Amino acid sequence: MCINCGCAGTGAASALHVHEHAHDHDHAPRAVRVEEDLLAKNDRLAAGNRTRFTRAGLFVLNLVSSPGSGKTTLLERTLRDLGPQLRFAVLEGDQQTSFDADRIAATGVPVRQINTGAGCHLDAHMVAHGVEAFDLPATDILMIENVGNLVCPAGFDLGEDHKVALLSVTEGEDKPLKYPQMFEAASLMIINKLDLLPYLDFDVERCKDFARRVNPRIAILELSCRSGAGLAAWYDWLAAGLAQKRAARE
Amino acid sequence: MHELSLTQSLVAIAEDHARRAGATVIRSITVEVGELSGAVPEALEFAFDVCSKGTLAEGAALILRRVPGHGRCGLCAAEAECGELTAVCPACGALAFELDAGRELRVMELEID
Repeated sequence: MCINCGCAGTGAASALHVHEHAHDHDHAPRAVRVEEDLLAKNDRLAAGNRTRFTRAGLFVLNLVSSPGSGKTTLLERTLRDLGPQLRFAVLEGDQQTSFDADRIAATGVPVRQINTGAGCHLDAHMVAHGVEAFDLPATDILMIENVGNLVCPAGFDLGEDHKVALLSVTEGEDKPLKYPQMFEAASLMIINKLDLLPYLDFDVERCKDFARRVNPRIAILELSCRSGAGLAAWYDWLAAGLAQKRAARE
Repeated sequence: MHELSLTQSLVAIAEDHARRAGATVIRSITVEVGELSGAVPEALEFAFDVCSKGTLAEGAALILRRVPGHGRCGLCAAEAECGELTAVCPACGALAFELDAGRELRVMELEID
């Protein structure tokens, strides 16, 4: 064998000399079967996160939406309303700044900001390190606010129980068809900023129909963090999810 | 944009397998890219030039094998190719169309020296 490149060279000399490949032994490249998913490493880390979260009895949500759909406002409102009954922790994903983490910190809930820099999504590795500061067994619900982006976060499992996709009524009802990956990956779609409906042509039923066309199993809630409409149903959904997670552990 | 991190994984997987096989250089990498995977082949190609610099994969040919979307209706059992992510059966219109191909993002094979 050629000691320089490991190829199966012929001739006695090839095992001994160090050469510049000037000689003409057979250099056909070797084929190596791989069959490994590009997301395999992320999926492995996400599975590790999921095991860790399940052991801690933690209900974990991955909040996804376009920038400005109201993820942080929904979190603030939820933490203020349910904070007294449930123990939350929050991971905030943004490319830059700690503005969102500061808003969450003001509610008194433990929060950690992850800045992805040029990155357009959170991945399972960032989340694994992001939760290190939290006392997970002493937490009921972990909210992960992903980078505002309706495309990239769809494929990256973080170890969450559910992806929750927010869509505000100012964005147009056709978003589920325009960005189907995200709505297909989500268990719940929240139609947000319902208080603005009187000023818009947003067709709520059409939006729901579009979402079900890509994901017939998707649950749908409509709410407004400003008026408080629909929040009770969201809180019920959270409580049911947490109860289910705990029951599964026992 | 997420093609950048997908491509970083692609190069890492290729290098890992190539090293284990004792390679000094990777000549080509064959990757299956499903039409409904959410990854844009042109963006993978663009990112590959950047991500492969200084690795065993530098200069390797990136062979992207497109996999068309395909599914089967759980209600009428019709099978069809489909170019978009949808649960609507193209034959009967029921919301029961289950995709069984087109999401692939998988390194299949390397050629090494």
